[in-house]
Amino acid sequence: MHKSLYSLKFNVALLLTFSVFIGASFTIQAKVIKEERSLYRNIFVEDKDNVRCLKFSVKRKTSSQSCINKDNPQQLVFNYTKYVMSSLVFNPNPRRVLIIGLGGGTLSNSLLELYPDIEIDNVEIDPAVVRVAKTYFDFKETDKVKSHTKDGRIFIKRAQRNQQRYDLIILDAFNGEYIPEHLLTQEFLEETKSLLTEEGVLVANTFSSSKLYHHESATYHAVFGDFYSIRNEQSSGNRVIIIPNKMPIANEIGDNVEMLTQPLATYNIKLFKVISFMDLKKDVESDYRVLTDQYSPANLL
Amino acid sequence: MGIELLGGRILAPYFGSSVHVWGSIITVFMLSLSLGYLFGGRLSLHRPSLQKYGRIFLFAGITLLPLAYFATPILDLVFDNIEDSRYGSLTASMLLFFVPTIILGMISPYSVRLLVTNEAESGHVAGVLYFVSTLGSALGTLATSFYLVLWFEVNTIIFTYCLLLISLGLMAMVVNKMEVKDAQVPLQS
Repeated sequence: MHKSLYSLKFNVALLLTFSVFIGASFTIQAKVIKEERSLYRNIFVEDKDNVRCLKFSVKRKTSSQSCINKDNPQQLVFNYTKYVMSSLVFNPNPRRVLIIGLGGGTLSNSLLELYPDIEIDNVEIDPAVVRVAKTYFDFKETDKVKSHTKDGRIFIKRAQRNQQRYDLIILDAFNGEYIPEHLLTQEFLEETKSLLTEEGVLVANTFSSSKLYHHESATYHAVFGDFYSIRNEQSSGNRVIIIPNKMPIANEIGDNVEMLTQPLATYNIKLFKVISFMDLKKDVESDYRVLTDQYSPANLL
Repeated sequence: MGIELLGGRILAPYFGSSVHVWGSIITVFMLSLSLGYLFGGRLSLHRPSLQKYGRIFLFAGITLLPLAYFATPILDLVFDNIEDSRYGSLTASMLLFFVPTIILGMISPYSVRLLVTNEAESGHVAGVLYFVSTLGSALGTLATSFYLVLWFEVNTIIFTYCLLLISLGLMAMVVNKMEVKDAQVPLQS
């Protein structure tokens, strides 16, 4: 009796030690596999388990810019990228796309996979980010999918001069650390608006916290009127603003949702769930000042 | 310095806010200040008076005004003609800041001339002037970048600087008219 109790204890202890050992060997520490100091920031590529992330400056909070699942690269990791992709319900057949802010190139890659004939202009100010995206995140460039190392505002101003038009414009140039103030103003949004085709859709990844949120809402409202916004109330983080140039008919959206649910599921997007987070912001009344080229203290707000 | 900071704001929509834009702005400011010092010193050789000193302020204020009112067409013109944003920002900075900054640069050496009464104290006077003008620059930078941009539009701030310079100039001229011998040196902004 005694003996068996003893051996049971021993066994339990052994089991515990063993499981702790196993557990320790499975929780792999995040490993920085690439570090680069560019003109604009410090760039890190970090591997943790099967997720690889592109990070900017880890001095303050770690701010992941873009992550991929290495075992299943199609699966989108960030919620905001899923929200951005869900904007396809407003225009399910974009032919020309403009993306401001490359990150790891995840959005560009997903769109290219979905629409092999698509034309994409990726604009990224930092050449180091483009290099890292190509080397570590398999960012694909083709004759039709290009990256331009330029300031987003300059690219858009030139495109406006050259009368370029896009079916989908994605603004994703904010990394939470420093905000490029000239990409948040009323004038900038008006320039961007002028590049949209008739059925074009503008999607912007924006802030959901701080006072800037309200200034930003006021600015978008001043330029576009009503807009859709997707934000997961349970998790803090980004808010994605979606603005179709032409407000769509409910029927059409229903059809598009049905059509896109299956293909988007491959990217780990639960379209119905995302749509349920979507909210039409009507007549945003606010006392907050609209941000303009004349008044844009975004980093001080 | 306040103007220099706002310069970054004015150029950003056209040329971004990258390091080369600041490079252009600082280059143009340094270049024109150096020329301003030279011309100011030269001007002080010919019958220096508070009247002329006031006129420098007046001109500085007036040449700054286009920055508030004609910056957009000038920037559009440069943007349309120069593809490279480095040379674009350099050219735009030249067009916008070169002349007013030269004139602002003339103030310091002219002040030295007006304030120095004998050789022995010239070093002391120059030292005090450097102190006042550089301290003014520091405070102008701080006030503009921390607070003014949070409260006012860029053009409002520029317009205020212009008014300040013009009224200081007029003040100097009035004081001169009243033939008060004690020259007052207004702060540089």
